Amino acid sequence: MHEWALAEAVISAILTVAKEKGAKEITETKIKIGNLQQIEADILTTAFRELVKNTPLEKTEIKLEVEEAYLKCKVCGIEWNFKDAMSTLRGEESEAIHFVPELAHAFIRCPRCGSPDFEVTRGRGIWIEYIKVSK
Amino acid sequence: MDRVHKSFKVRALDPRSAIINERLKNAKRIFVVLGGKGGVGKSLIATMFSLMLAKRGHSVGLLDLDFHGLSCHIILGAKGMMPTEKKGIIPPEVHGIKLMSVAYYIGDEPLPLRGTEISDAFVELLAITRWGRIDYLIVDAPPGMGEEVLDIIRLMKRSEFLIVTTPSSLALKTVSRLTRLLLEAKVPILGVVENMRITETKLVEEYAKKSDIEYLGSVLFDYNLEECLGNPKKLLETKFARNIKNVARKIL
Repeated sequence: MHEWALAEAVISAILTVAKEKGAKEITETKIKIGNLQQIEADILTTAFRELVKNTPLEKTEIKLEVEEAYLKCKVCGIEWNFKDAMSTLRGEESEAIHFVPELAHAFIRCPRCGSPDFEVTRGRGIWIEYIKVSK
Repeated sequence: MDRVHKSFKVRALDPRSAIINERLKNAKRIFVVLGGKGGVGKSLIATMFSLMLAKRGHSVGLLDLDFHGLSCHIILGAKGMMPTEKKGIIPPEVHGIKLMSVAYYIGDEPLPLRGTEISDAFVELLAITRWGRIDYLIVDAPPGMGEEVLDIIRLMKRSEFLIVTTPSSLALKTVSRLTRLLLEAKVPILGVVENMRITETKLVEEYAKKSDIEYLGSVLFDYNLEECLGNPKKLLETKFARNIKNVARKIL
């Protein structure tokens, strides 16, 4: 599953930052997942649980939060929720966006003017909101 | 001693860049084929290099990063295949080459991307693609000095750069700027290839000498190349392939 690759990337990033900050222990972290990528939170949680074994993150509390994705047309300025576009996507198109969110530009058009020139204003990808450590 | 507990915001830290070198660590060498202008033959040279290396028994990955001009899959005649999803994505093998391209997902749909989106797509693709052990990763870069090239310099640390140009003063002018960028970035330049040569000229050779980069040879314009696209067996028998073989000798 693709979620495993992302979980691996998150763990690698947290460990790098914790090392830079000279942390003895990483107590808590919050990961935000943008809805555009349609990441399965359950699979991601399973991946984290497996991948943190025998790492300094083994006892870290990992919090996940999903953020709604919004798209904004660069031509007419309308903003819309990605959820509205999801029903128009075919399975393989949805899967493509799951792997590389920018591929949305190949399949989604502005609901008002039909332009493919839009930006993702919120809810793209996966990112680390904060890391709590003890020194 | 009491521990100090501290929480810090990491300003929406993007975790993907951290994993890229891990994904590429089992690629022995990384060659990036790039040029100042479009249409100078970068994709054909990158793909031909990949085919030759695979034919010699090397394990080869080919990454098409020219999002606005995806071509490698057409040159190789890759049809009806998709990457496999397994804790990331594993590129399918096309004529012995592990080819990764977003063309698998978008088919013939246009992909209008702006700067930061190109960078995001680049990082995402590198963060999730699992190449496994490969001897060579060949990267087909888009023309110019945009997002992809800057991200290659920033994130693909072991890259070696192969510059492609035609023997035209217009193409060379942009190559000159590109070369300066690479030199300033202190990245290894394998040399410059003169492609699509029709008449006798020393333009590129003299430019290479003046710029202190290696001249890797010329590739003559091959009028039969077009009809071989999509057919790797035929491609390997072209005059173009024979010329590229001479270039390859100098860098392998």
